[in-house]
Amino acid sequence: MTAPLHDTNAAQTAAVDVAADVPAKAIEGRSPWKIAWVRLKRDKVALAGGVVVLFLILVAVFAPLIVSAFGHPPNDFHEDKIDPLFGTPIGSFGGMSSDFLLGVEPVNGRDVFSRLVYGARISLLVAFLAALFAVALGTVFGIIAGYFGGWVDAAISRVMDVLLAFPQLLFIIALVSVLPNSLWGFSGSGVRIGALIVVIGFFGWPYVGRIVRGQTLSLREREYVEAARSLGAGRAYILFKELLPNLVAPITVYTTLMIPTNVLSEAALSFLGAGVKPPTASWGQMLSKAKEYYEADPMFMIAPGVAIFVTVLAFNLFGDGVRDALDPKGSR
Amino acid sequence: MRRPGSPSPDFRAAAGPTVVLAYLIRRLTAVVVMLLVVTLVTFGIFYVIPKLTGSDPAAMFIGKQADPGAVEGVREKLGLGDPILVQFWNFISGIFVGRDYTGGGSSFHCDAPCFGYSFRTEQEIWPVLTERLPVTLSLAAGACVLWVIVGVTTGIISALKRGTAIDRTAMTIALAGVSLPIYFTALLSLAVFRTQLGWFDAEYVDIAQDPLGWFSGLVLPWVTLAFLYAAMYARLTRATMLEVLGEDYIRTARAKGLSEPVVVGKHALRSTMTPILTILGMDLGALVGGAILTETAFSLPGLGQAAVKAIGDFDLPLILGVTLIAAAAVVLANLVVDILYSVIDPRVRLS
Repeated sequence: MTAPLHDTNAAQTAAVDVAADVPAKAIEGRSPWKIAWVRLKRDKVALAGGVVVLFLILVAVFAPLIVSAFGHPPNDFHEDKIDPLFGTPIGSFGGMSSDFLLGVEPVNGRDVFSRLVYGARISLLVAFLAALFAVALGTVFGIIAGYFGGWVDAAISRVMDVLLAFPQLLFIIALVSVLPNSLWGFSGSGVRIGALIVVIGFFGWPYVGRIVRGQTLSLREREYVEAARSLGAGRAYILFKELLPNLVAPITVYTTLMIPTNVLSEAALSFLGAGVKPPTASWGQMLSKAKEYYEADPMFMIAPGVAIFVTVLAFNLFGDGVRDALDPKGSR
Repeated sequence: MRRPGSPSPDFRAAAGPTVVLAYLIRRLTAVVVMLLVVTLVTFGIFYVIPKLTGSDPAAMFIGKQADPGAVEGVREKLGLGDPILVQFWNFISGIFVGRDYTGGGSSFHCDAPCFGYSFRTEQEIWPVLTERLPVTLSLAAGACVLWVIVGVTTGIISALKRGTAIDRTAMTIALAGVSLPIYFTALLSLAVFRTQLGWFDAEYVDIAQDPLGWFSGLVLPWVTLAFLYAAMYARLTRATMLEVLGEDYIRTARAKGLSEPVVVGKHALRSTMTPILTILGMDLGALVGGAILTETAFSLPGLGQAAVKAIGDFDLPLILGVTLIAAAAVVLANLVVDILYSVIDPRVRLS
């Protein structure tokens, strides 16, 4: 399709590289975000991922309502559903029935469905907040390192190197395990959830920091920054008004791709016993219990395993879509 | 055509042995400093946090029902009353010259390399580490061979057949692979292969004792771990290969009339392998301390499992030991990769 050349807007439209099969009715200026949105809307796979993500968020938010409608309180024992000899659920498929949609847990007979729904809360809460924390730290230190250069850059880069050299998983488990049961007015699972967010986020920021630093290094040499500086703009103005808006795209991409990793980390820590404390339900913890019963009750691992898989896959699909939409050059 | 700023083709001639030696010394110093920092931070956290939160490390070291006399003895032996830097120095010097633990009316010697002493299990840490390291290395090495072969091959085929059904199928499987948590696939494979089919129903044995038993005990962990990494490597290889195939020098090679196998095999593959090798080194290094999940799921007696057990027991000296070994593996792997990098890719300067 050839762009009509009689309009001055045409050059602008061409410059922002609108995909060729979009009908060019009235020519209007499009912000990069609008273009990204158009691209994302055409990516069916990414949209499907996004819908699942939205669904999971709704499940997490309305967990108490869902459970009161379709399940039993997550911490209630139903020992009458358990074979007293083997400790396994009575009935096929882990005791699935119209009453217990996904069956019951071995030994104590807690409702798997309810625990799964409540587990989504922990999983998403930790994943989102840890990603936000990592992005906040990574952006601040990345911009500072990239913009100021010199010894500031050297110091921040060395810190990032050290953090990346840490055996993170090991370290996080160890750190979480030396935490006391109550801290600063929080107790039990509250301390653990807070610790998980801070620790997962803290070990995530160097990845963001490296990317932001690299971008800042190239952006600060651009003419518009030079122009702002020569017009007498202050340091803070250049950092926050000139550089930061141009970093939003890579940061957004990285945040969406970081969430699935965090979901996996949280589940891994709970699997190893360093996550939230029982009886608070979490997917990793359910899997860790399933490990003990994989011979007697193999069905018990399916529900939490599939839940983690679907969550991570949905975020990955959506994140890939966001990346492709915001970064047209990376055609993967 | 040479890009501006790329080194002259004969820079190797200019980089004499002194340059290489200076580079090595600089990098090794950085490695030592990095390890010292990791030790200090780990040390600090395990010794300072209990202080801040008001719990007693000495009591934690020997167990919950410790009697006060024994706790006092441990505190004295470990020098927990000393300033942290003194404690740190004692730990570091213990690694090189061994260390005496005296206090509470008794004393014993821990031979160099002394990575500390567990008052929980009444064992020196170093023998525990050397006993468990081979398990973790067996797991990592076997899985690595598998995932490099499968992952890289899949990635290359996918890139060459871009957009075809083969590519789409492979990439769908790969995406599923990176989204599956390893502790879930591990349990699934255990339930299916070990419980239902009765295959590979073997515990880990040392390779020197029974090579066949060693192999069959590790098949499931290898395949499970390799599946995850093969999926990651297939995605990475495909993306890198596509990027490389779009470069000017590939067009030039094709324009010169080189056959497709030569263009892909000699020209494209070499550039593709450079980033993959970097990631491979980092992943292998990380696996020494990071195969925790696989080891826990399959009950393999490796370093990671030791660490998880140690954490459950508050056996901080053992946690410190494993953390250090794991950090050393990451840092050394990075060094080896950087050196190999300059061999594979002549554009990389030793700087």
